[in-house]
Formats: sequence, structure tokens, C-alpha cells
Amino acid sequence: MPLLEVKDLKVRVEEREILHGLTLTVNEGEVHAIMGPNGSGKSTLSHVIAGKPGYEVTDGQILFRGEDLLEMSPDERAAKGVFLAFQYPVEIPGVATMTFLRTALNAQRKARGESEYSTPDFLKKVREVSKSLNIPQDMLKRGVNVGFSGGEKKRNEVLQMALFEPSLCILDEMDSGLDIDALRIAADGVNALRSPKRAMVVITHYQRLLNYIVPDVVHVMSKGRVVKSGGKDLALELEASGYAQFEDAA
Amino acid sequence: MNVALAKTGSGRAVSDLFASAEGLLPGSPAIKAARRQAFETYERLGLPHRRIEEWKYTDLRALVGEVLPLAASPDAGALSKAADAVKAHAIAGARKLVLVDGVFAADLSDVKAIAAEASVKTLRETLEKDAGDILTTSSTDAVISLNAALATDGVVLEIADGAQLSAPIQIIHVATAASASAYSRSRVRIGKGARATFIESFVAAGAKAYQVNDAVIVEIGDNADVAHIRLMDDAPDAVNITSQFVTVGADTKLNFFNMTTGGAVSRLQGFIKLAGEGSELSINGVNLLKKTEHGDLTLVVDHAVPNCTSREIFRAVIDDRAHSVFQGRIIVRPDAQKTDGKMMTRALLLSDEAEADNKPELEIFADDVSCGHGATAGALDDTLLFYLRARGLPEKDAQALLIQAFVGEAIEQIADDDLREHVVGMAERWLERRS
Ligand SMILES: Nc1ncnc2c1ncn2[C@@H]1O[C@H](COP(=O)(O)OP(=O)(O)OP(=O)(O)O)[C@@H](O)[C@H]1O
Ligand SMILES: [Mg+2]
Repeated sequence: MPLLEVKDLKVRVEEREILHGLTLTVNEGEVHAIMGPNGSGKSTLSHVIAGKPGYEVTDGQILFRGEDLLEMSPDERAAKGVFLAFQYPVEIPGVATMTFLRTALNAQRKARGESEYSTPDFLKKVREVSKSLNIPQDMLKRGVNVGFSGGEKKRNEVLQMALFEPSLCILDEMDSGLDIDALRIAADGVNALRSPKRAMVVITHYQRLLNYIVPDVVHVMSKGRVVKSGGKDLALELEASGYAQFEDAA
Repeated sequence: MNVALAKTGSGRAVSDLFASAEGLLPGSPAIKAARRQAFETYERLGLPHRRIEEWKYTDLRALVGEVLPLAASPDAGALSKAADAVKAHAIAGARKLVLVDGVFAADLSDVKAIAAEASVKTLRETLEKDAGDILTTSSTDAVISLNAALATDGVVLEIADGAQLSAPIQIIHVATAASASAYSRSRVRIGKGARATFIESFVAAGAKAYQVNDAVIVEIGDNADVAHIRLMDDAPDAVNITSQFVTVGADTKLNFFNMTTGGAVSRLQGFIKLAGEGSELSINGVNLLKKTEHGDLTLVVDHAVPNCTSREIFRAVIDDRAHSVFQGRIIVRPDAQKTDGKMMTRALLLSDEAEADNKPELEIFADDVSCGHGATAGALDDTLLFYLRARGLPEKDAQALLIQAFVGEAIEQIADDDLREHVVGMAERWLERRS
């Protein structure tokens, strides 16, 4: 059974259809890249998978290990193993990052019927992960993403991903706003999480990221549909010739 | 017309009450006369209602209707119930002074430890020695007159010049009597150069549908450093009306924090006078209201002299059909140049039917001042809620985290660690009761 099946998905926002029948199948262990021009609906797709309110699904299905994802609340989806690294992570003043991480991790474990982490185990785990991502400990004492640079926010998303160990990771433009070193560190963090049990959907505009996180499949999205899928060479092709050839197809 | 209403309405019940209570109330003949006069003022005015400007948003005639009979003096059963409540609400490291149904309970209090660093007496003994001025105020407010008429007991604390209290003092008001009212009045005097933290807690020991009418007089000398924390966690069907009269000397720091987590109807009205130059007043108020609760914080900050700073930050979290009121008046007297007075209200509305009223007033008679006020009201941020839920937090938990952050900014102002933890715990329990 595929991990994620998006079937002929149609989505409206404020009376306007954004996704016009999108189909995507992701199996365990695979890394998929989604590329496509601005406004083609990449973030919309990721939001609908994560369960963000405000989107109306008018047709189609999203199955996660065969279960209807659209019937689940966002927190249920997270507990099942769906993780979205946001294109624009929000700042939450007054909620210390550590408190947030622990509350979220334990909420997911509780929903799965697992025991809560003890404080020492939790701290040990956070320390390990943050060290590998080059995130200083005192950053974790601040409010969630408060005063973080763009790159730090993105690294904080990868930190959460490593901590929650989801089975589906959707990375929405993880590379935007990262300098070359930060990109490599974040990509190493993501690669470390690659496993035969885990799948990744990497949304990006740039082939460069895919040099670090090498995809099994590349999809081209245009105007609310997947218009072409291929191997990793498709990304190189896009880099050379742009999206114009696909606009017509869509 | 108002007068007739007062007499035929709520006035009558008190009239009987006063006649039956008079014999039990402490005080010399002169004080008895003062009480009678205060009571007559009350009877003439009746309970405040919306046509009285100061009570526009808190119409006690509509919300409370009737004044309940005076609670009996606590018996052994009441004291033992109160002892349990005191244990549950005592703040780690603080020394306690306990009032049960408005009556001082020496056995539940740490009088000895406190007496080593301060003078502590009861209102009862103070009045018996004829310190009648403790019952007088210049106010013409009916609830304050009622308090003067019926104040049964309270604590009278004197912290000497230069004293540095080694532990906070916690005055705990415990209600054990159902469907009765308790009238207390306390005075806290803090001398020059003294440093003190005092806390007032209002709690219930199983009592329901009771009424509290408390008055507190706080007099702070020059160069003092004072933290005053008030935590009102009365029963959900109780009424708590408290009036505070605060005078601050020169070069003094006063941090006042109030949190309301209980009571069907409550009002804290504070009259704070900055009477000496160079002082800094910081006030943080938090209302956590649900169901049909009504919580009112009314503050009058009077800058009587130049060069003082006042900061008022008020945060309300309002759920269901609850109603939160903030009225803040800043008065700057003609001499009070270089006054810096600001107030800010933020209301978090958790339901469509939640209501927040905000009435700031600036009365400025000096020309070289910096004063202002601001207000925001709104729901929880959907984007933040979604972020938290996408990380696995169920809706109520995600809301709770954001609400804690919202009130946390105010609670952070409490310097004492144990005390701050205690207040955080109260807010957390309120959030748990929500879900
Ligand atoms: N809340 C919304 N209200 C109205 N229109 C929206 C909303 N969200 C998205 N859209 C529209 O949907 C379309 C797709 O947006 P989306 O953010 O999914 O694109 P994207 O492929 O992620 O673009 P980018 O590469 O710039 O991130 C855009 O035209 C956008 O304006
Ligand atoms: Mg996008």
C-alpha cells in the first residue's frame, strides 16, 4: 500500500479553484521533488495534506496508509506521522521553544498510545538533534521562532522533523532564505532522516537543493496539476529550459 | 426616585441585617456611630447600578440584586474546612494571615513568625482600641460605605521603616459559609526604605453563593520597594467586591499584580495616589473569565506630584458569555509635571458571545507630561493555532498554550519564583477547567 495517495484532488479557496484534479502517489522510502512556477499550487497542496482550515476540497481523495486523511484533524494527522515543514514558519511569542517541542512531542505520543518522554530523555534527544543542526541551545529558550533569522526558522523546522520522526515529511521551500552553508547543514539533517520507512516530498524552485537531497521522482506542477513526472534528470532539464513548455500542457 | 428604589429594593435586607449585626461588630461607641452613619449612606444610595457613571458596566442591582445576611463567626467545623483550603492555597515560603468568613483565625496564621519582622494586629482589636480612622474614607461609593458599616475583622499590618521582610506575607480570605456575606477591612503600612511582598488570596472552602466585600488600605513610605499580589479565586457563584486605597511616597517602587480566576461577579476598584516624587508604579491585571462570569477591574491612578511613572497593563481572557470590564483613569494634577502614565488593555475573546468593555480616561491638568492608552481585542490567531495543531497539539491544548503565552507576559512581572510558579499554576488550573 502506498504511504500517500492523492487522487484527482480539487481544492477551492474563497470560491476559486486552485487545484484542478491533482494526482500523486508516494511510497515508503521514496523522495519526491515537486517543482513548479509561483502560484501553481504547491503550498496549497501541502496545506491541504496537513489539514489547514480555509480550503474546500470539492473532489478527490487523500489517503495515508489507506486511511482517509481528510477526515482527520491536523493534530491527528501529525500523530499519524504527517509533517509539514512550512514555507513561512510563524513566530509564537511567549511560548518557549523547549516547552513547545516537549508539549508537541508528548501530545503526538499520547495520541498514539505511547508513554510520554521523561524530561532527561527529552533533553538528551533535543541536545543531540540541535547539535547536529548547528542550533545553539539558548535559541531554544526563546519564543518559538521569535527573533530567529530566516535560515534559523528553517533549521528549526528540520529540528522538529528530526524530533517527531514522522513517516511523511513535506518540505515546502526549505531552501529559500538559506545561505550555502546553512543549506548543506539542513540538507544533511534531512538526509539523515531518510529511511526505507519514511518518505519525503520536497517542494523547491531550485535544482541546487536536489544536489543535496537526491530525489527518486521529480514532478512538475503547473496551474494546479501535476503535468509531468520523471527521474532526477527532469530537474536538470527544468533548470535549463524553464517551465514554459509545461504551461501549455496544463 | 433612585432613593425609593434603593429602599424598597436591596436596602431593606441590609436594614434588617444591620440591626441584627450591630451588636456583634467591634468598636467603641464613637465607632458604632460612624458605622451607623456609613450604613445610612449605603441605605440612601442602595447598590450601585448602571446609571452611576463609575458602575456603568457593573450594575450590581442587576447582577447581584440582594445583599446576603452576615456570615456567622466560624465554628470548629468551619475552621477545619478552612485549614484544608489554606493548605491547598498557601504559597511556598510565604507566612500566612488567615481570615475565615471575614474573621481572623489566629490558629491558622503564622502570627509569631510575622511578628518577628512586623507588627500585626486584627481589625477587631484595633477598633476596640478606638482607631476609628481606619473605617473612614473620603469615598461616597455605596459598597465602600457598606464595608465601613459592617467590616467585622481584618488584619492591620505595620512594616517598620527600613524593615526588609525575609518572606512574603500572604493574607488568605477563606469562605466557608454558603449564602452569607463577609465584610473585611485591612490596613498595610509599609515604612520608609522597607522592602516587602504581600499577597491577598481569596478562596472557597466548599462554600457556595457567598458574597465578599473587602477593603484594603495600603500606605507606603518613601524609598520603599513593594510587591503587592492579589489572587481572586473565589467560588464560581460567589460575589467579590474589593476596594483598595493606596498611597505611595517618594522614590518608591510598587508592583501590583491582580489575577481573577473565580467569582460570578467581581470588581476590584483601586484608588492609587502617587503622593511623593520619583516613584514608579507598575500594575498588571489578568482576568480569566468563563461561563457567565463578570469581572471588573477599575483603577484610578492619581498623579498628585511631579516625576512619577505609572504603567498599567491589563489582559483579559474571556470565554463563553463572560464579560470583562477594564476602567482606567489617570489623573495628572496641575503640579504633576513630567508625569509618565500609560495603560494598555488586551482582550482575548474565546467565543463569539464573550464581551469586553474598556474605558480609559485621561484627566490631565499639567502640560509637560507623557500619557497614553491603547487597547486591542481579538480572537486567537488562526495561523498560530494551525502551526501548533500541525505539530500534534489538540485544539484545546493549542489554545491553552497561546492563552498561557498571552497572560504569561503579565505573570512574568512577578519577581518571586515561588509566587510566580503559584500564579502560573492557577492559570493552568483555570485552563484545565475550560476543557
Ligand atoms: N488563502 C488564499 N486566498 C486566496 N488565494 C489563495 C490563497 N492561498 C493561495 N491562493 C492562491 O492560490 C494559488 C496557489 O498558491 P500557492 O501558495 O499554493 O502557490 P505555490 O505554488 O506554493 O507558489 P510559490 O512558489 O510562490 O510558493 C495562488 O494563485 C494564490 O494566490
Ligand atoms: Mg509556496
